[in-house]
Amino acid sequence: MKILVIEDEPAMLENMVSSLKQEQYMVESASTFDLALEKVSLYDYDCILLDITLPDGNGLELLEELKKQQKTDGVIIVSAKDSLDDKIAGLEMGADDYLPKPFHMAELHARVKSVLRRRKFEGNNLLQLQNLQIDLDKHEVQVAGQELTLNRKEYDILLYLATNKDRLVSKTALAEHVWGDYIDQADNYEFIYSQIKNLRKKLKDHCAEIEIQAIYGIGYKLVIV
Amino acid sequence: MKLLNRATAYFAVLLLVVLSAWAALFYYNMLDEIYDSIDDGLENQKILVMQKALQDSTVLAQREFEAGYYQVKELPFNLAVNRKDQYRDTLMYMLNEKDYEPVRLLVTVFQQGGRYYELRVITSMVEEDDLIEDLLYSLLWLYLGLLVSLLTLNNLVLKSIWQPFYQILHRLQRFRLEKGEALPPVKTNIEEFRLLHETVDKLLQSNIDTYNSQKAFIENASHELQTPLAISLNKLELLVEKEGLTEEQMLQLGAVMQHLGRLSRLNKSLLLLSKIENRQFQEMGPVNLQEIVRQALADLGDQIEYKELQVSVQEEPCLVQVNPDLATVLVYNLLKNAVVHNVQGGFLNLHLTAQALVLENSGKDQALDTQKLFSRFYKEASVSGSTGLGLAIAKAICDLYGFSIRYRYQQAHLLEVTF
Repeated sequence: MKILVIEDEPAMLENMVSSLKQEQYMVESASTFDLALEKVSLYDYDCILLDITLPDGNGLELLEELKKQQKTDGVIIVSAKDSLDDKIAGLEMGADDYLPKPFHMAELHARVKSVLRRRKFEGNNLLQLQNLQIDLDKHEVQVAGQELTLNRKEYDILLYLATNKDRLVSKTALAEHVWGDYIDQADNYEFIYSQIKNLRKKLKDHCAEIEIQAIYGIGYKLVIV
Repeated sequence: MKLLNRATAYFAVLLLVVLSAWAALFYYNMLDEIYDSIDDGLENQKILVMQKALQDSTVLAQREFEAGYYQVKELPFNLAVNRKDQYRDTLMYMLNEKDYEPVRLLVTVFQQGGRYYELRVITSMVEEDDLIEDLLYSLLWLYLGLLVSLLTLNNLVLKSIWQPFYQILHRLQRFRLEKGEALPPVKTNIEEFRLLHETVDKLLQSNIDTYNSQKAFIENASHELQTPLAISLNKLELLVEKEGLTEEQMLQLGAVMQHLGRLSRLNKSLLLLSKIENRQFQEMGPVNLQEIVRQALADLGDQIEYKELQVSVQEEPCLVQVNPDLATVLVYNLLKNAVVHNVQGGFLNLHLTAQALVLENSGKDQALDTQKLFSRFYKEASVSGSTGLGLAIAKAICDLYGFSIRYRYQQAHLLEVTF
């Protein structure tokens, strides 16, 4: 999988690149509009992370250029502006997703994987983890062929943790992904714990070969047993 | 007391004093003049009587006043010598008035044919009490007349002169710092008012500038903080995934991440507040709050369940002309506020009508400080995670659209937004 990260803030770029590299992606980066234009013209990428505000140009123009060249690279717009206009414009111009800054790394991975999946496994959108299978289209989970009934929140948590398999997902990242941005005022995420508890119990009852670990007050990690 | 009325009051007192002093002076001067001319008249009569007595000796037998205006009495020599003319006020019975009236009396002595006679001549006098009364009445009328003219003058002339002053005052009353409008020009050719307008205008302008730069500072600071905050958080996220960290280190890192997360949320809220106050949410549309309320209740369902709150909801469609994002922020902030500051097993009543959104919830058994409730960073010590900006944001949104937001405490905390 080839990913291009277009971002002008060096520290931000470094974070994204090193985090994505952990997932064994081929990661390239560009910190200016011109460099980015050169790269997207020369190569094909599976996913492009595109910062809209670049020092020498608007990321949306790059999106237009991709369209003109009839490229089918998946594009996720990354923007600090957090403005609805940019989001709508970007999505209308063919971007696959919009990720407002600041974001959690877990969220970045979830978005990237979602874009990659949509591009590669059309029609057969399944996520397999040992004996656990998640059908992303039907929102169904099976353990060893047996259906596992989950409520919406439990399903969202499982999918998010599964997408970030073997990575530590902070409680904040999980809460913001599953319960939405508006959750932010409540600092204590104790209510998350009760959902996790139920989910763990169901996984255990169905003898799933995965486990959700709680990591020292930071968050959770899904690991293969 | 109004400025004009105060000036009038001072004038009234001053006039009273001046008029009284003048009246006293006038009275004594006039009286003096009257005596003078009466006494002259009496002296003349004395001479006339003496001439008459030379021709007609019956004059010397005039013992009483009945027949005329004089009486003559013979005096022995020892009483008559060294006598000077005496003018005296006395009373005499007047037939026409049927009362004793004041008269002026001249007592003098003259010699005729080797004999001495005492002559008394009288003439009727001005009645002083009548004079005083008349004078007082005239003065009263004069005083009232002056007062009326003064009031009229104040109301017509002074008011029109002070008009620019009142215009400036009126505009100052309506001045709102956050609107940033300077004073409109005031037409006047009076030096002081022009100076006042200029000074006030300068003062306001500098206030507006300070306010704007402060606002810009908060906005810029929040904006500039965002990226380093995000980078730090992401770096920490990468760090905690590294192998070989001890439990102690992980806990420390977790705490740092939590605090950075809070900082980041605080920052986001400040940015939002700045944007609202700067009117950067232009897009407007009819928004149905009922849908937002339902969505918010669903999104906060887990928190409500976790706190075991008894929720009762009464809702009607409610269309308001606002920015959809801000409508969402408003509803979520109010609802979150009612959940976060609630007690375990408490209650939450939501009532939405076409005109108002009312949230009633249990919580601390004590009314909150209404003055500070909507101000930035006001929070209860017990809720460590709250930014203290939720209600400030709600208030800013309400202010933006002219909604009113009120807090009451009646066994429960009640927040009401009227559209």
